[in-house]
Amino acid sequence: MTCARPRIPCESSVRHSVIALAIALSGCSGIQSALDPKGPKAAGVLHLTWFLVGTAAVVYVVVVAMLVWVLRRGSQSPVDLDPKLGTEVTEHHGGMKTWVVSATVMTTIILIGFVFVDLSTARSLSTVGGAAPLRIDVVGHQWWWEVKYPDPNDPQNDIETANEIHVPVGRAVLIKMKSGDVIHSFWAPNLDGKKDLIPGHETVTWFRADTVGVYRGQCAEFCGYEHAKMAFYVVAEPRIEFERWLAQQRAEASTPGDSLAQGGERVFLSSSCAMCHSIAGTGAGSNNGPDLTHLASRRTIAAGTLPNTAANLESWILDPQMIKPGAKMPANRIDPQSLRALVAYLQELK
Amino acid sequence: MTRGNPERVAAATLLVALVLLGCKREQRRFSDMSRPTASDNGIIMSELQPGPAVIHSAVQNSYDDNAYAVAEGKRLFDQMNCSGCHSHGGGGIGPPLTDDDWIYGSDPQNIFATITEGRPNGMPSFRGRIPPQQIWELTAYVRALGGLQGKAIRTTRDDHMMYKESEQARNKGHPSPTFVPSK
Repeated sequence: MTCARPRIPCESSVRHSVIALAIALSGCSGIQSALDPKGPKAAGVLHLTWFLVGTAAVVYVVVVAMLVWVLRRGSQSPVDLDPKLGTEVTEHHGGMKTWVVSATVMTTIILIGFVFVDLSTARSLSTVGGAAPLRIDVVGHQWWWEVKYPDPNDPQNDIETANEIHVPVGRAVLIKMKSGDVIHSFWAPNLDGKKDLIPGHETVTWFRADTVGVYRGQCAEFCGYEHAKMAFYVVAEPRIEFERWLAQQRAEASTPGDSLAQGGERVFLSSSCAMCHSIAGTGAGSNNGPDLTHLASRRTIAAGTLPNTAANLESWILDPQMIKPGAKMPANRIDPQSLRALVAYLQELK
Repeated sequence: MTRGNPERVAAATLLVALVLLGCKREQRRFSDMSRPTASDNGIIMSELQPGPAVIHSAVQNSYDDNAYAVAEGKRLFDQMNCSGCHSHGGGGIGPPLTDDDWIYGSDPQNIFATITEGRPNGMPSFRGRIPPQQIWELTAYVRALGGLQGKAIRTTRDDHMMYKESEQARNKGHPSPTFVPSK
């Protein structure tokens, strides 16, 4: 896609329109919907769901039909109630026993059948679908997702990002998950079922995205104040684009170009920002908050809470507590000039 | 009934007071920009002063006896690497904070100033690095470490995976007189 100059506004407007489109389409296509599977795992779960719902529907219809039939039949030939002999009345209407026994047997067979179908689905979903899966480490925090791509050959190529997981289409992804504080649950319904992140215990899941697209996921285990604002996006893209993204994320932050952004870098490094966030290539190396090395390449800020725009960044930095009360980032006293410079700097971190 | 039983009135008052106390314990103020900073809160670091004696007015930390603020202070104590020198209150490179020796004073404003301004021999100044609100939360936690907070804010267990008594669940210390370096 070619962008007319100037480059930066064009890219950001593309990003905005992608977000706007994604939000607009969420109503029908479902970027966060278990009913719209985009990979084998979600599809397997959906098949099982439809099988269970379908069988239950058939059973329901049969039971209701028989009830209606019995009621109609009963009204045609009323039961000969014998007030003295109580329970033995039923004996006069032969076949009751047969009906009860056959219904019990049918129910048992159906339930045992469910167990086998369920186990076979679980078995096929527990096997990673594809050779050489891409490994991603996810750490859940109150209230954001830390995402790391470890390089098994060269630790220097490890990358770290937050709240946005890029995956190549058609390749299985193996996700190892930990929690930094309380129990969270990783759930991107279009791709996978829920998987809990447990403090002190590593859990593993996998998924494969078979269709290009942006899918939304969120924490599915109540984890405190901002549980509802702990979302993430999975960006499934063609292999070449994914490799390009990976290479870009591996790079250190570029030196700010203009004097405004240079001033912003100074603000970042000399204020409380640097106490919690890291930007590779600068002195900021703390890991209390999300890594900001390539912040401007992400679609959203504050774990899917706001689109990543200059105005949103400004209001977020000034007082995160207005947007996400209870978030671990404190309100900051910062003069308007420094704030403008800081945001200009952050927007250069592509 | 024309007049209330005084005992009942007292009991009801006590109950209301206890309930209100609970409000303060659990009150969560996420954004508090109105805290005084070190420069304008009248901290005096020396007993020596010219002229007649100054009447010293203690600055109250509004986060005292607030369990949430103390818990946040505990989180920050690790995240801002206070533990790097003070360990988890037991001391190491820096002095311990769980005993009753307070080299630079145990009052909230003294602890606030220690964090903001730094101290000789290694304590760095966190001025401009930690917002005042969070320094006051740290102050509340440091005082809890020394047993200077009420029993009401004590947590029954630590935040770690391994069960142990929380370090702020200690008996009240007896701080050395303020302004007198003890060592």
